[in-house]
This record gives sequence, structure tokens and C-alpha cells, in this order.
Amino acid sequence: MIDFPILSAIAFLPLVGAFFILTIRGSDEVVARNARYTALYTSLFAFALSAYMLVRFDGSTAEFQFVESFKWLPAYNISYHVGVDGISVFFVLLSTLLTPICILSSWNAIKTRVKEFMIAFLLLETFMVGTFIALDAVLFYVFFEAVLIPMFLIIGIWGGPRRIYSAFKFFLYTLLGSVLMLVALLTIYYYTGTTDIPELMTRHIPREMQMWLWVAFFASFAVKMPMWPVHTWLPDAHVEAPTAGSVILAGVLLKMGGYGFLRFSLPLMPEATAYFSEMVYWLSIIAIIYTSLVALVQTDMKKLIAYSSVAHMGFVTLGIFTASIQGLQGGIFQMISHGVISGALFLIVGVVYDRLHTREIARYGGLVQNMPKFAVIFMVFMLGSVGLPGTSGFVGEFLSLIGAFQANTVIAALAATGVILGAAYMLVLYRGVVFGPQANKDASEMNDVTIREISLFIPLLILVFVLGVKPGLVLDRTEATVKNLVNNYEAAIAGTYPADIEPAAGLVEYDSMSGLERDIMHEDEAYGYENGEGQLND
Amino acid sequence: MIEYSLDSALPILPELFCVLAGMVLLIIGAMRGNAATSVICWATVATFGVAIILLLGLDWDRVTVLNDFFVFDPFAGFMKMIVMLGLMASIAMSVNYLYQEQMVRFEYPILILFAGVGMMFMISANNMLSVYMGLELQSLSLYVLAAMQTRQLKSAESGIKYFILGALASGMLLFGISLIYGSTGTIDFHSIGQALELSEGMNAGLITGMVFVLVAIAFKISAVPFHMWTPDVYEGAPTSVTALFALVPKVAAIALLIRLLFEPFAMLVDQWQQIIWVLSLASMVVGAFAGLVQNNVKRLLAYSSIGNVGYALIGLVAASEGGVAAVILYLVIYMVMTVGAFSILLVLRRDNVGLVKLSDFAGLSSTNPVLAYSMAIIMFSMSGIPPFAGFFGKMFIFETAVAEGFYVLAVLGVLSSVVGAYYYLRIIKIMFFDSSEETIDNEFPLATRVLLVASIVIIVGFVFKPMLLLHGTLNITATFFT
Repeated sequence: MIDFPILSAIAFLPLVGAFFILTIRGSDEVVARNARYTALYTSLFAFALSAYMLVRFDGSTAEFQFVESFKWLPAYNISYHVGVDGISVFFVLLSTLLTPICILSSWNAIKTRVKEFMIAFLLLETFMVGTFIALDAVLFYVFFEAVLIPMFLIIGIWGGPRRIYSAFKFFLYTLLGSVLMLVALLTIYYYTGTTDIPELMTRHIPREMQMWLWVAFFASFAVKMPMWPVHTWLPDAHVEAPTAGSVILAGVLLKMGGYGFLRFSLPLMPEATAYFSEMVYWLSIIAIIYTSLVALVQTDMKKLIAYSSVAHMGFVTLGIFTASIQGLQGGIFQMISHGVISGALFLIVGVVYDRLHTREIARYGGLVQNMPKFAVIFMVFMLGSVGLPGTSGFVGEFLSLIGAFQANTVIAALAATGVILGAAYMLVLYRGVVFGPQANKDASEMNDVTIREISLFIPLLILVFVLGVKPGLVLDRTEATVKNLVNNYEAAIAGTYPADIEPAAGLVEYDSMSGLERDIMHEDEAYGYENGEGQLND
Repeated sequence: MIEYSLDSALPILPELFCVLAGMVLLIIGAMRGNAATSVICWATVATFGVAIILLLGLDWDRVTVLNDFFVFDPFAGFMKMIVMLGLMASIAMSVNYLYQEQMVRFEYPILILFAGVGMMFMISANNMLSVYMGLELQSLSLYVLAAMQTRQLKSAESGIKYFILGALASGMLLFGISLIYGSTGTIDFHSIGQALELSEGMNAGLITGMVFVLVAIAFKISAVPFHMWTPDVYEGAPTSVTALFALVPKVAAIALLIRLLFEPFAMLVDQWQQIIWVLSLASMVVGAFAGLVQNNVKRLLAYSSIGNVGYALIGLVAASEGGVAAVILYLVIYMVMTVGAFSILLVLRRDNVGLVKLSDFAGLSSTNPVLAYSMAIIMFSMSGIPPFAGFFGKMFIFETAVAEGFYVLAVLGVLSSVVGAYYYLRIIKIMFFDSSEETIDNEFPLATRVLLVASIVIIVGFVFKPMLLLHGTLNITATFFT
């Protein structure tokens, strides 16, 4: 192991960059230029560090790696504990990859308050990375919630005409879900006496309590994901957010919900997960089919892609809650792939929006004639979103469907129709914008993509193909963690706990106890914790 | 015959010093007139500073003096320190304001000084009589302060309102004390506790008396449904006085409440828990919903303070050591945020008129970004968004509620915090998302800058070194409970 605190460096480097930008003085122009460059270099450096981390990452183990831990709130047994495993490592990378792309994409698009914008974005990066590396539930919550602040400002200050409504909706919707999770986290903390996630994964929470906790966590993650019917904030937020905001929203923020399910719901509340999984399947199916149909009739490009995000996230929740290796791998892969593809699609919308300042599909048309390079780039990502074999979109959907098929044939069949619908609305979008007659004069006079814009797409293009052809790059590294998660999950469902996750040493009869006996035993423990040496005293 | 020695009077040294200094300052003021106001203000700040040093020099062990009238323990010491720091801040931030509003009166700081002495007596009360004395000394000084701006009708109205409702509360307090005296034969905290232990069964007179006492204190901390005076008084009083009201009296009253609940009334926990439960929930809900429709910042902050009292009371409902520690932490953090908010509010003036309407804040982020960003941080913190200190205050409060099994209260509490978040966000929205060409007067006294920076540093820095503050609160309550 290396001693260098690489995860903290990745997380807090942007914070340092933001602080530097804060100290920039001078004329508006100088400040704006320096802010842009500082933000870009900082985020690129963070990306380089995270790429290095990926190289050093050992995919053969389910252990947390690059772990750092030091006391933060010792009186409450809460620590600053970070680390990555197969699940989180790619989300860290996704965050650090998309941030410099977003900063580059707003190079000219953001003209007012550039300094503040760059600070907000770097803060956002710190909080995003922090969310994915946190191994303490309270630390996780702090980062998870803190994301709202920069995002609220990004939508509210640099957004479109209805930005205020959207910013409030986004903030309050997600906050409402999150505070319920806070109560659940505190309940877990009270019950187990710890908020350390690896430690929590070895504890057994009584079934009855799991149910309530699961619902509270679900309230938070389902909103973030977003799942039908709590997805309504997403189209609003996407439409009004500036391009970079949409990219990061679709690319990373939505993944926090899925990540939360993987990090909390499945490992900590397996019995409740099994109990509720049927419900999640149906919600996912509704999300896939219903929002696909909604997407089909959109006239606003960003809205269409926003609804498509909800549909794609439906595959993710479906995959995750099958709790099978294929399903989980598919869910994770789908999230990463969607992060790349939908991020790119929002950038594509940004390209034409910067030129014509409208997102109406009908205002474009025939762009293939005056913007051929643009048409090619758009096509690749459109096909990736559809899930064409050879692109990354295919792998995630395919694996999720395999997982779903094992769990429930009907569900899998219904979900598969979503693939067709997905092709339908994406092709409608592509035809409307790129093909057809050049009905609008101003649209037919637009310039093709510039070098700067192409440079944004190149890394994403490479990723779409590479991940599509060689998904093992991701799947090999996530496999060990996913297998471990599934094993523990199945053991918990079967009621047999592997020896290493017994809650207390010396309890030989633990395995043979009934669930109720276990609950009683754990309640006694909790009681002892409460009345014993109070933790507050030390 | 009671013998007094210097030693036995030692724990009341800070109070004695404040009283003496107050008298000296009063004489100076009477001789020099209003011209000396500025000097007296800073002298008062210095007085509190010296009193804090005296306080820190005391032996922080539990001791009762003056025939058990007065108790000094780490809890009292810590709360007095917070109260005095709050008073210092409130005077420091208002000196400039007094001159701008032409309400230069040398009595102003001296009244605050005497109110402070009253609060310190409340915190150290060990007898119903000292409760009443402390409470009245504090209240009478504050009534006058509310009506200080004699040229403004609203200020006078606010003073009268505050006085009438305050007098009603005092009446209830006295009635409650008399009931307690009638059924136990004592007004000494320790003896009341003993009487309760002996009687074991229900003592109707004592419980009724306790309810009246709690109602009176609920008036003082403006817990719903005894909050009606708060928005009007906050709105009508001069802004510097509003800052004072928001900062300190509630802290002192909650400290008194903590002592009453956990010392004389400790045996009646089942009874008072229900009362505080209702007060807490009602305050949170009313504070959140009523704040939604306010357009005056001072009224908004009044409802915000009502809501915050509700959250603080959750920690008391929990009736545990951790609960009290969480309440104290919450109060400290709340006070820090309020110092920041009011130090901004006091310098926001346009054409030499203080800005109090929310719409006046439009475009502040472009005309004065430093103030706008500071205010935004304070508002995010008040709505309980991490990583700011306000989040941790709330988190520890909810943690104790969950630990003691008050899930309903915790869930309703977090939900009302989401409702409350709306109006804090609205302030941010007006400052950042709305635009306006009008600028504000560019005058920031040094005291304001210092207070604002200190407040922001604590709010933002708490997350990095949380134990600095937590250690204090945890140790205080640990000794209070043994």
C-alpha cells in the first residue's frame, strides 16, 4: 500500500483550486481567464491522480483500498474514513473525468460570474468525489447533501428562464428524501454504535427495523436516482441548468442514488431489500416504459434526454435489485456508461444551443449538411444510448436484462421493450435534428464543431467504444466486490451468516438462532450500549 | 445568623463586578450625557470581557452560596460565558447603528449590562425566588430596550406588547411558584426535588405549579403556542435590539429551563416530557410554515428563531445527557449564525435607511458579493445543509431523539426543516438570482467585520475540527448530570 493519501488528495485538490480562484484579483477579464485555467488545470490534475489510482487499484479483492482513517468526532465514534472498492472506484473516475470536460465546455458559454462558476464546479467535484469515497455514513451524508449547494447555485444563477423554479424544486425534492435518510442513519448509529460502513456491513440489523430503514434510504436514493414517480424534478432541472450543469447532473449526480443502493440498501438491509425488490422491479418497469413513451413526444431536446435518463436508470435499479452478479455488474456498468453517454448527449445539445439558443427540435433539421462532423459524433452517442452492440450502452442493458431474466421472466420481457422504445425516441431525435430538409435558415448556417468542442468529445468517444468492445476493463475490477456483496446478501437471506460477519465473538449458537432470537440478542446489545459506559463520557 | 465571608461570595464575583461597573457607568453617563454613549458601549463590552476572565478564574466545581440561593457549576459557568459573549457581540455590532438611527442614549449599553446580570442570575438560580428576580431584572431591561426608538411608533408598540405579554408570563410564573410552595412548603430547588422523591405519588398541586412555571418560560423562549409576541416585537424593535433578542435571552431562558427540568423537576420527567414534546413539535412546524409567507427579514428571523427553539427543545424531550449536550451545542451554533446574520443586517442600508424588506436584498451578490456570500453560507447553515455547522447542530439533536426512541418527533422535525429550508433559500434566491441596480451604503465598521469573519470561520470551520466545540459541551453536561 502507498502512504500517500491519494483519495483525500483527489477529493480536496479541487477545494484548494477553488480557494486559489477565490484569491484572484484584477480586472474582470483577467479574473475570468485565470479562473478558467486554474479550474481546468486543477481538475485535470485531479483526473490524473484518479487515473493513477485506477492503475494501482487491485481488482482481485473485495477489500477497501487506499484506506485513510483518522479521528474526526471521537466522542461519537465517527471518523474520517475513506477508501474505494470495486463499486466506487469507477464513480470517482467518472466524476474526475467529467469535471474538466464540463469546465472546458463552459469556457465560452459562461460569460457572467466566471469566477463563481468555476468555484462552484470545483466545490461540486470535491463533494462528488467525497460522496463516493466516504466509508463513514455521516461523512457520506455530509458530502451527499453538500452537493446540493453548488448545484443549486449553478442552476439558479446560470440557468435558463425558469431556473428559479427548477433550482428550488431540485433542492427541496432531494433534501426531503435525504433528511429521512439522516434519521435512518442516526437510527443505525444508535443501534450499532458505529457509523463506519465496513464495520456496519458485519452487523445484522433486525428484520423489522430493516424495513423502516430501507424505506427511509429508498426515499433518498429513489429521488436522487430518480425513479418513477419521484423523477419530476429531473426534467425541470436538466432543461434549466447550463450545459455543464446538465452534464454533471446526468453524469454523476444521478449515480449517487444507485451508488447509495449498492453501498447501503443491499449490504445493510438485505432482508428488506429482498422483501421490497418486487416493488422496485415494477417501479423500474414503469420508469422504463412510461418515461420512454414520455420521451417520445418531447419537443425539447434536453427534456427528451432527461426522460431517457430516467428510463436508463430504470435498468440500473432493475439490475441492482435482482441482487445477482450479472444484475449488479450490469447496473454498475450501465451507470458508468450512462454517465459517459448522457453527459456527451447534453454536450451535444450544448453545441447547438450555443449557436442557436434554442432547444426545440423543430428549430433544427438537416444539420448533416452543414455540420457533418457534428452529425457523426451525435450518431455515435445516439447509438450508444440506444444500446447498439459494440458501444458501452449495450453491455449494461444486456447484463441488467440477464439479471432480470433470472429473477423474473415477465419483468425481463417488459424491460426489454424499453430497449426498443429507447431506439424509437433516440432515432426520432436524431432524425429531427440531423436529417430531413434544412427548414430553418439560421440552423442551416451554423458552423461545424470547433477543435475545442471535438476535444471534449474525443475522450468520451473513445470510452464508448472501448467499454463496448472490452467491458472487462470495468467488469474485471468490479467483479470481486460484486461477488462478495452477492455472497453476503444471499447468506443473509438464507439466514446463515458466514463466520467472518458474526456480530460478536464467542456466540457459537448464533447461526442456529431464529430471527427473533437474534433480534432479542441484538436488542440486548443495544441496551447494553445505551446503559453501559456512555460513549459521551470518554 | 448567617455569616458571610469573602470566599462564599466568590462565585458571584462576575455578577458583582458587572453590577458595580454598571453603576459606575450610569454615573458617568448621568454626568456626561449622551455624548459618552460610544465610550460607555465599549466600556460595557470591556466589563463583560473582565467578567468572563473572572468567571474563568473561578474554581469550576459545583458550589452553592448565599444560603443556597445561587449555584455555580460548570454548566452555569459555560452558559454565562456564552451569554456574555453574545451580549458583547450584540453591543459591538450596534454602536454604529445607534448613531445612524439617531437613538444615541447612554442607557442603552447599561440596560444591556443589567439584563445580562439578570440572565446570569437566572442561569445560576437555585431557588424559585432567584429565578423570579433574575427573570424580572432581565425582562424589565429588555422591555425598555424594545421601546428605545421613541420616534418610531412601531418601537413603542413593540415595547408595550412585549411588556404586557411579559407581565402576563411573570404572573403565571409567580402563580406557579406559589402553587409549588403551597404543596411542598419550599422554594428551594433541592428541597423541591426531595419533596418529589418523598411524595412518590402524584402531587397535583406541584404538577400544576410546574406547568405554570413551564408556560412562563415558554413565553420567554417563545415556544409555540406562547410565541405570539415574537414576530411583532422583533419587527418593531430597533434592529440592534432585535439582534440582542435573537441572540441572548433565549439562551439564558433555555439554560434556566434545563436546570429546572433536571434538578427540581427531575422526578416529574414523565409529565414534563409530554409538555416539551408538544412545545417542540408545535414550534418547529409553526416556525417553518409561518416563515414561508414573511416579507420582512426581521419577522422572518423571528419565525426562524421560533423554529430553532423547537429543534433545541427536542434535545430536552430526549431527557438524556446527550440530549442536553446537543441542546447546548445547538444554542452555541445558533448564536454564532445569528451573530453573522444580524451583523450583516445591521450594515445593510440604502440612503441611510436600514433594509428590512426581503426584496431590498435583490442583486446583493453583484453589488456586494462578500456580504451576499456570507449571508448565503449562514442561510445554508441555518437550513441544516452540511458541511456547515448548522447541520451538525441539528444532527446531534436528532441523534438524541432517535436514541431515546422519539422517532415521530425526529421525522416531523426533519420534515419541517425541509419546509424551513425554503425560506432560507428564498433569501439566497433574492440575493443571487434576482438582479437590481441599486447599491447599498458602503459602511462597514470594524466590529461588524470582526464579528462576521468570526461567525463565518466557525460555521465553515466546524466541520474540520468539530471536537473543539464538542469537548466543551460534552464535559459540561457530564458534570451537570453527576
